[in-house]
Amino acid sequence: MLKGRHLLDPTDFSPGELDEIFDFADQIIQSPAQFNHLCDSSILATLFYEPSTRTRFSFEAAMLRLGGNVVGFSEPSSSSVAKGESVADTIRTVACYADIIVMRHPKEGAPRIASQYSPVPVINAGDGGHLHPTQTLTDLLTIRSVKHQLTGLTIGCCGDLKFGRTVHSLLKATSRYPGNRFVLISPEELRVPDYVTADLAAKGIAYQEVERLDEVIGDLDILYMTRVQKERFFNEDDYVRLKDVYILNAEKMRLARKDMIVMHPLPRVGEIAYDIDDDPRAYYFKQAKFGMYARMALISKLLGVS
Amino acid sequence: MLTITSIRNGIVIDHIRAGLGIRMFYQLGLDKADYSVALIMNAASTRLGRKDIIKIENNVDFDVTMLALIDPNVTINVIEDEHIVRKVKPELPERVEDIIKCKNPRCITSVEKYVPHVFTLVNRQLGQYRCQYCDEIYTVGQD
Repeated sequence: MLKGRHLLDPTDFSPGELDEIFDFADQIIQSPAQFNHLCDSSILATLFYEPSTRTRFSFEAAMLRLGGNVVGFSEPSSSSVAKGESVADTIRTVACYADIIVMRHPKEGAPRIASQYSPVPVINAGDGGHLHPTQTLTDLLTIRSVKHQLTGLTIGCCGDLKFGRTVHSLLKATSRYPGNRFVLISPEELRVPDYVTADLAAKGIAYQEVERLDEVIGDLDILYMTRVQKERFFNEDDYVRLKDVYILNAEKMRLARKDMIVMHPLPRVGEIAYDIDDDPRAYYFKQAKFGMYARMALISKLLGVS
Repeated sequence: MLTITSIRNGIVIDHIRAGLGIRMFYQLGLDKADYSVALIMNAASTRLGRKDIIKIENNVDFDVTMLALIDPNVTINVIEDEHIVRKVKPELPERVEDIIKCKNPRCITSVEKYVPHVFTLVNRQLGQYRCQYCDEIYTVGQD
């Protein structure tokens, strides 16, 4: 039963519950018009305490395509947050107006606090460098649709694995499916945090940490690229030094399997060369569309209207 | 050789890893005690090489849990009439609230001051706790 639940962490829902969401997303993909009035008269609040284009648009488009309405703010300076209001008070107030709340926050764990004060479902749309569970729904729906399975895959994650919340969420979620193994490709400074590898080790999941993409790309079923995010660095020098280290280009793609797929949470800032976009293995823009369908299915399930 | 007399009735916290005694001393509020207290630092130890010891000349009640979170390997000796009548080994609790502070500067607890710092035990053997909000790992005795 997903009605009324929060989604804060990609493992909040069981694989069975995720399948329920993905099955419903598949139905929406098949005939979107059939669901145009599913959320008539419902209101989604989007509380974006830090900038976002695609995640916010994706949520707003998802709700509008379901016939619902959207209220919210896209930066804290235009809200009561600028006056120093706490997360708890903001949520208690917004929950009086909205049926479901989406929150992005620069501080890790903020959506969990929100959920503790909210009588309506709270969806984590990204908290600092921590987690991004709806991106994970997007990623899983994409993999399921293209590979027709979520098990037995070799998944490579490349780039900023330290602050890349989409990677943390993806590893957490896909490590629950049997037979998956992980190749973590990053400079030493941007390796995944200890809690992520501790999780993998505790589950007995196979993973390797390497520094060079070209040496391992041929082993991968999925290559998940990430951008080196400037806002996650404490100083400019580190950012400049590391931002261009891992760039996917045609030369590296020649080493990859014919059925490998390239995914990216977007936006990219140079880590995937533009000439890769026409490669049939490039799935990142299709992935963005899957994201909207995944969010449509999620909102419907949490509101209990599906 | 430094000599500190044995206590008649009270508590001796022994086998504290050298360097952690002073933290325990302040955590227990012993700096404000109105009874005899001794903090011995860097005492010779066959097991640890060097260790800290705290002697308290009073049968105080204190939170054994909190001691485990600083150093789970300590031994607490309860003394009556100059004899050890009980030895207590502290156990790491499953969940702690507002004892460990999350050190992740990106954690929400760093800005929302009304939020309790909640940690749950994830690996008893390694003494690892995880912040409920940001998943930051706290390792007992290291941080």
